[in-house]
Amino acid sequence: MNTLLSVEDLTVEFKVSNGKFKAPDGVSFKILENECVGMVGESGSGKSVTALAIMGLVPKPQGKIVKGRIIFEGKDLLKFNNHPRGTKISMVFQNPLNSLNPNMKIGKQLSEVLEQHYGMSYKEAIGKVTAMMKQLGIPEPEEMIERYPFEYSGGMRQRAMIAMAMLCHPKLLIADEPTTALDVTIQAQIIQLFKKLKLESKTSIFFISHDLSVVSQIADRVIVMYAGKICEISKTEEIFEKPLHPYTAGLISSIPDMKERKTKLRSIEGSVPSLIDPPAGCRFHPRCSQKMPLCMEKEPDDFSVNDRIVKCWLYKGVYQ
Amino acid sequence: MAKYILKRFVQVIPTLFFVILTVFLIMKLIPGDPAMVLLGPQARAEDIVRFRQQLGLDKPILVQFVIYLKRVLTGDLGRSLIYRQDVLTLILERLPTTVTLSLSALFIALVIGIPLGIVAAMKHNSFVDLLVTILALIGISIPIFWFGMILIIVFSLKLGWLPAVGLGDISKGLWDVVSHFILPSLALGILSTGTIARFTRSSMLEVLNQDYIRTAYAKGLKKTLILYRHALKNALIPVITVIGLQLGNLLAGAVLTETVFALPGLGKLMVDGIFRRDYMLVQGEVLFTAIVYIFVNLMVDIIYAFINPKIRQLYRSV
Repeated sequence: MNTLLSVEDLTVEFKVSNGKFKAPDGVSFKILENECVGMVGESGSGKSVTALAIMGLVPKPQGKIVKGRIIFEGKDLLKFNNHPRGTKISMVFQNPLNSLNPNMKIGKQLSEVLEQHYGMSYKEAIGKVTAMMKQLGIPEPEEMIERYPFEYSGGMRQRAMIAMAMLCHPKLLIADEPTTALDVTIQAQIIQLFKKLKLESKTSIFFISHDLSVVSQIADRVIVMYAGKICEISKTEEIFEKPLHPYTAGLISSIPDMKERKTKLRSIEGSVPSLIDPPAGCRFHPRCSQKMPLCMEKEPDDFSVNDRIVKCWLYKGVYQ
Repeated sequence: MAKYILKRFVQVIPTLFFVILTVFLIMKLIPGDPAMVLLGPQARAEDIVRFRQQLGLDKPILVQFVIYLKRVLTGDLGRSLIYRQDVLTLILERLPTTVTLSLSALFIALVIGIPLGIVAAMKHNSFVDLLVTILALIGISIPIFWFGMILIIVFSLKLGWLPAVGLGDISKGLWDVVSHFILPSLALGILSTGTIARFTRSSMLEVLNQDYIRTAYAKGLKKTLILYRHALKNALIPVITVIGLQLGNLLAGAVLTETVFALPGLGKLMVDGIFRRDYMLVQGEVLFTAIVYIFVNLMVDIIYAFINPKIRQLYRSV
């Protein structure tokens, strides 16, 4: 399969009141055509900023892309004036209520995408809007277009957001924690919806979540982020079968197992380091159970293990 | 929607009642017997007694209030003791001047204040932003009468561009009237200009940081469309409330402005009434102004409901 998007050495620097930090910090990965790539990591690890950087929407003036390239269809989006956001690349956000204009009817909020990019009139666009809403499981779309976001339920709002993102049949759909703000039952429905989109459309999906079990249900490959760096990139089955990076292993063992209810919930010892003054060497070493003296001194390289990539000294020369 | 408007009107009734009661009580609290004040120190005792009877001042206070309430409700605000005319007639005669003054001041405040606020918000933390913030602060802090006199000195006395005082004469053409209103409107409008600029700026800044603005960018909309359709429309909703409150301030400010520029409006009438102890006139005018203020706020609430879909949908087809 061909590469659709290639992120190379992406580094975004943020200025805050007590200093500077970088998240993401030198992140590289690829998304292939028709592929769903999941990205997991704790909050503050740089997942959302990576997504915003691809969209060309890093918040200014606090944030600045200081290094890297984002190649989409052969062009570097960071140097390209005519960013294809809204057409070839679109995005769904975490909180659908805040992400929709509270004083505009849903129909208009969706149709204006087509009006802007295809020069359609509202009348022409609204037909396509209702068709897309129907396809994404919004009942009675002809009536729903006349409603405001506050009249929608949480799940319906997120469906409307996804419909909005899919209107121009994008090559890449970025979903930043699309299920996090929803009830568990609605979460399952929205995940089903993404699965359906993956099968039926030719859209690649970049699915961000802090929840590894959510990502595992939909992603072909998983990128694990920790403190602004990628620890591991693997196929979804492989990462569950045999996690390579100690952090990934910790994440997987922290997923509660319904069969062993008596045991205490497992967690990774310690907490995420401050990115303003990150630990030397591997950023995970203060919490790592397998750390070696080398880990505290030198940042690990990216090691290829079969088709997988892992940033950990344990794998130096193992399968190379 | 009709139900909402009706509900708001009903809510006005108790407010009106308390306003009438307050105005009545304030007048009672003023020390001194109005009959004695009005008839002067040389008045004979029996004249004072007769006058007190005429005004109903000899009756118990509750009875006096009921009589007053009845009169007010039938539109009778009493007779001015100096002008020897109905207070309401006097007020209505002078109302157009004050309304013209207030509305042109508001117009100035809107056409200057809103754009300044928007520009400052869009260039947040820039030199322009700082400049607007300082100008707005000056506008809010400057005393109306002082600013009015500076305007007269500069534009009438030194430059001779615009007339200083009076109403102008429509028979000399429209410009004569308009030119007489320019300086007073500026003097009166500067306070509201500052307030509206500051409020627009903060409201716009808040909206620009909302998630739905990020969504609008993610949709690939043009920047002008995002600013106008998504940001400005949402930012101006709270500004409307402030504009309504400004109308009240403008009515109050008109008292000073009309005095400085010798405009025969409600403010001037009030000042004259106070200086000449025309207590019926003052009472009537205070009540009238309070009622205008209540109804302006009612109008703002109704307009607000029309532009706020939450309220509109709540009362839709009920």
